[in-house]
Amino acid sequence: MIGKRKHLFIVILLSIYLLLPLLGTLLYSLADKWSDSILPESWTFSWYVMLFQDTRFLEALSRSIFVIASSVLISLVVMLLAMFVVVIYFPSKEKYLKLVSMIPYGVPAIVSAIGLLNVYSSSSISIVGTPWILIGSYAIIIMPFVYQGIRNSLYTVNAVELIHAAELLGATKIKAVISVVLPNIMKGILAAALLSIAMLFGEFALANLLVGGQYETLQIYLYQKFSKNGHLTSAIVISYYIIIMVVTGLLIQFQQPGIKKFHFAKLRIPRFHKSQIQKKRVEGDIR
Amino acid sequence: MSRSKVYALLGLLPFAILITGFLLAPLVNMIYQSFQSNEGTFSLEQYINIFSDPFYLQAIKNSLMISIISATVAIVIAAIGGYSISRLSNRENKVMVMITNMTSYFEGIPLAFSFIILLGNNGLFTLLFSQLGLDIFSQFNLYSWIGLIVVYIYFQIPFAIMLLLPTYQGLKMEWRYASNLLGGNSFSYWIHIGIPILLPGIIGTYTILLANSLGAYATAYALVGSTYNLLPLQIGSLIAGDVFLQPHLASALGVVLALIMIVALWINGRVMRKIRRDLD
Repeated sequence: MIGKRKHLFIVILLSIYLLLPLLGTLLYSLADKWSDSILPESWTFSWYVMLFQDTRFLEALSRSIFVIASSVLISLVVMLLAMFVVVIYFPSKEKYLKLVSMIPYGVPAIVSAIGLLNVYSSSSISIVGTPWILIGSYAIIIMPFVYQGIRNSLYTVNAVELIHAAELLGATKIKAVISVVLPNIMKGILAAALLSIAMLFGEFALANLLVGGQYETLQIYLYQKFSKNGHLTSAIVISYYIIIMVVTGLLIQFQQPGIKKFHFAKLRIPRFHKSQIQKKRVEGDIR
Repeated sequence: MSRSKVYALLGLLPFAILITGFLLAPLVNMIYQSFQSNEGTFSLEQYINIFSDPFYLQAIKNSLMISIISATVAIVIAAIGGYSISRLSNRENKVMVMITNMTSYFEGIPLAFSFIILLGNNGLFTLLFSQLGLDIFSQFNLYSWIGLIVVYIYFQIPFAIMLLLPTYQGLKMEWRYASNLLGGNSFSYWIHIGIPILLPGIIGTYTILLANSLGAYATAYALVGSTYNLLPLQIGSLIAGDVFLQPHLASALGVVLALIMIVALWINGRVMRKIRRDLD
């Protein structure tokens, strides 16, 4: 069919366009000498060896992991607590929880940085320049996605009915939540966590404006190396990208068939927008 | 309120603290600071300064222009590419969804760096084309207005495709057959069926792209530093280095940026309501 071939042609062009910057960077990170030929004259792994022997890189990486892990954990725990309280005790107030949780989604990092600096560079609580302000603000920027993820899986497993059933069988509310609902929504929680991790690994604006060189995360380190050695920086970019690929690859695992009703399937759509799309679908499902 | 409900409220406490401390208090404080004069009294001084300073007006104009141009080009490419992706067979479709998904995380500093590798002064393509005797890139400067647009378009496209794909899934092949059976041609199919169905999704995506590029900071910062006059970069230069030079002015600029985004999202909401009455 001619029509099909046309689509295939467009898609191939598109994927070349999308992958070209990555491929270029990959080649550059593996090139030994590359001055005036189309492909490198010789290949080497030495940039990666050099990178992984650089303690500054390893420290930056572990700082990033620490900040991201803490903020994802805080965001999840705080949201789970709030969500259970609202769903069980104040179901009619759920729209307020949603409203508040969605605000960060409309506030660009550069804007929230101003407010955070206003509040936290003052004398009383001065945490600017420390990881704590990053953890707090990261926990906030992933809030919309954590909210969507948890809420969708709660509805998918009919959490309220599960709790009622467990109570009928003699369990307390807390026991019902811990031993019945939580295990059932674990997949949704993990997917929300993975999505948040992938997002936060690429975060630069807040890290640079709130903390900068005082607490060098992976992105800050990358920026510092930016104009120094092209090959080494390419190796950083590729390493960073491999992390993202592993995380999103795991995320896709959670979206495999067999859990079709599982709403995170729509979370393939990254960042910002997915919540909007999901929102409509979820509301439709509840009705 | 029963006793258990009062205890339950305790469960909301961490959420309230986190949201207040890192979201609401900073936002309220920013708005408050923006209405302070440099001497610390209530005034519109900062806003008057911004809107009478050609430098800041230009920053606003540049930011709007770069957002509109990059979002427009990206939405056209994404609309065509997304349609083609949705028409692929299942396996190829999956591969493409994966590629767009993964590249949609490619932005900010790593992306800026990759473009420098490809199109910078000593970039692979720049050298390649100059050796081939083609001077397409001799006029091209990545660290400029046009370079920024090229990079912005790149990071908007996978993002836009991911948003559009669900809309395309709603476009059933059967409708096209039905339209053909009833005597319609390809043109009338798109005018009467295809575009009306896709329009809400496309407009919604377009506004999100606008907002996305208006607030983008990292990519532009890595490429042009503060040498190009964009609103996020100007705000950044006022607060960078942890030394808060002019908190009131920066706050007012932040409010202006947030307002522009709110207006874009508000227009989006209005247009969507007009087109999709089923949302009401």
